[in-house]
Amino acid sequence: MALTGVQIFKLLPKTNCKKCGFPTCLAFAMKLAQRQASLDACPDVSEEAKATLGEASAPPVRPVTLGTGEKAVKMGEETVLFRHEKKFVNPPAIALEIKDTDSDDVVEAKLQDVIGSEINRVGQLLRIDAVYLSNDSGDAGRFGALAEKVAQKAPETAVIVGTENPDAADAAIKPFSGKNAILHGATEANAERMAEIAKSAKAVLGVKADGLDALSSLTEKVKSLGVEDMVIDPGAKSAREILEYNTFIRRAAIKKNFKPLGYPVINFAQRDDALFESLVAGLGIAKYASIVVVSSAEKWKNLALFTLRQNIYTDPQVPMQVEQKIYKIGDPTPDSPLLITTNFSLTYFIVSGEVENSKVPAHLAIMDCEGLSVLTAWAAGKFTGSKIANFIKESGIENEINHRELIIPGYVAILSGAIEDKLEGWKVTVGPREANALPAFLRSAQAA
Amino acid sequence: MAFVPPKESFAGRVFPVTIGTGVQQTFGGENTLPFHSFEGEVPNRPLIAYEIQDVPPEDWPETVRKLYDGVSDDPVKWAKYCEEELKAKAVALRLVGTHPDSKDLSAEDAAKTVTDVLGAIKVPLIVLGSNHVEKDSEVLVRAAEAAKGHDCIIGKAQEANYKTIAAAAMANGHKLIAMSELDINLSKQLNILLTQMGFDKEKLITDPMCSALGYGLEYTYSVMERIRLAALAQNDAVMQPPMLADVGMYVWKIKETQAPEDVLPEWGSLEERGIAWEAVTASSLLMAGAELLIMRHQKAVEAVELFVDELM
Ligand code: SF4
Repeated sequence: MALTGVQIFKLLPKTNCKKCGFPTCLAFAMKLAQRQASLDACPDVSEEAKATLGEASAPPVRPVTLGTGEKAVKMGEETVLFRHEKKFVNPPAIALEIKDTDSDDVVEAKLQDVIGSEINRVGQLLRIDAVYLSNDSGDAGRFGALAEKVAQKAPETAVIVGTENPDAADAAIKPFSGKNAILHGATEANAERMAEIAKSAKAVLGVKADGLDALSSLTEKVKSLGVEDMVIDPGAKSAREILEYNTFIRRAAIKKNFKPLGYPVINFAQRDDALFESLVAGLGIAKYASIVVVSSAEKWKNLALFTLRQNIYTDPQVPMQVEQKIYKIGDPTPDSPLLITTNFSLTYFIVSGEVENSKVPAHLAIMDCEGLSVLTAWAAGKFTGSKIANFIKESGIENEINHRELIIPGYVAILSGAIEDKLEGWKVTVGPREANALPAFLRSAQAA
Repeated sequence: MAFVPPKESFAGRVFPVTIGTGVQQTFGGENTLPFHSFEGEVPNRPLIAYEIQDVPPEDWPETVRKLYDGVSDDPVKWAKYCEEELKAKAVALRLVGTHPDSKDLSAEDAAKTVTDVLGAIKVPLIVLGSNHVEKDSEVLVRAAEAAKGHDCIIGKAQEANYKTIAAAAMANGHKLIAMSELDINLSKQLNILLTQMGFDKEKLITDPMCSALGYGLEYTYSVMERIRLAALAQNDAVMQPPMLADVGMYVWKIKETQAPEDVLPEWGSLEERGIAWEAVTASSLLMAGAELLIMRHQKAVEAVELFVDELM
């Protein structure tokens, strides 16, 4: 249970030496109670205090890692229920289900889907993070063979081994020993043996039960068996159950510091229809899952889910902006067109994407407007004729291009006169209002 | 340790809004977070309206435009098709042809279209302008008059033109969409201005401005969540109107719904990608609190309805 600031204070050295960066031990204790400081900051704290405080000051959702190496997925460590309060920390893993009843061709194709799923979107590499192996056959030998094949063909992919049969678990977890696989999982009936298998393979243990009461007692039991790293599965099937269980788990962990549910959550989103499955998976992504299992990995579906995950897990407090400068798109020459827009990162990504799309090389002037979009920046007086003129003059672009024509966004057509007044010898051309009209605009300008 | 579910209940409630006269539809009315029927009351499903236009949808991408081949040249045929074939629960008529950069149709033209469409369907109608601040205040006033007695939703009123539009909606017995740009304070301020001029807050729909998946969705998502928390937890009456997500218009103009697979093979099938983009944008905004959605593709609408079935 959480300790109060005063309870924590009693365990500190009480010397007020300030080495922790706070003026007094009490001030430090208060911050610890709010989880805004880490106990490590005090060099003089006793071992005894560490042990007592360790439990209380541990993050409300235990950090657990799936897989190893560059593609390892960190899970847990979340601190809020709503993303506007604070950044959601660790984006959920998306795991593709492979069944041991799938034919060799299907297994092969799914592994290729996973390996080839990586996409670069606005500077981040996104991919299907893991495979979820299902022991649908119920046969240990067959499940072990599937695991061998996966380990061999996709050695870098993180693996979740899904079976309630300890013999099958033992056979299938072996190839992933020491690779931070997840063994999913432990139930009330098999917890002892599963805990042993997970420990010997250094695997994370997935713990599943029907409902949250049974789940909390089971995680306590598993913990007493010596397993610390768990992911939890409340047995949610419908979208409604996913929302209900995930919400209660997150609230219990964060608001009540309820340790038995302070673990990353795994959700199963498989549906017969791929489109519908993307909506259920999307619910898991938006509402607190750490792993979402899907049954297929179509490229269009991956792109939608990766993008949603990226959107939900961006930092709401950092204004999204890019650096002010003249970007080169394609391989522009001194005769290539010059466009200008604001430094709101979304504006930049959309405009640069469309310019790229047009296949017309261009100079793209991105002006610092504190991360505001064109219309908002204009309304706020940050994207004005004189400011644009100054920026163009100071950018040095005049030495790099032969022409003196500046293309401005259609929404601020009204600025053309003001810019021409301030930028002697320049001609302002009004571009389209929406970026998606840029390719046609640039191509016809080039043809002219 | 026995587990007690940490249920939360709230003092506030979202206003339920009923529209239409023939077939009526009601949305909103919940006193809990979106779909939290495990700890509060969620009396109504969200309402999804099919979007149609007064002029043919030339700038809609092929994936969605082709669904309406043969009907989209005439808003009356198009509206009937939505009601009869697609089983639309509501229709949203966007008078985009009145925009000066489009066909610059007059307010009279718009009023006639509204009258004709209303004569052809039984489900409720949402009448939207072209989002041109000055033109909308002419067009929507005439449109509201033409729709008198049909209990429609008129929109969108923005800070720059709300007075005339709200007055027309009020005088002709309609609900009103109040739109501001991705800022909870602006939303609140506009709703206050509207109530100060005598508009009933229980007849408002807040549009905090939509964004598509990948193009600012997280802004709309968080503004909606914040508005909803203000309505429920702070019991702030001005923030209690239901919210609109005008999904189709924002989704079907971005690259992901237009770039062909042969240009971007790593993005997969264009058709399915476009549909998924609209459906995922819509379902995510439902989770953030939207109760009224305006959408374009039948398959996306159907998937979202199925998703709501699983959530209710
Ligand atoms: S470093 Fe430790 S002993 Fe020194 S003031 Fe901080 S808490 Fe107290």
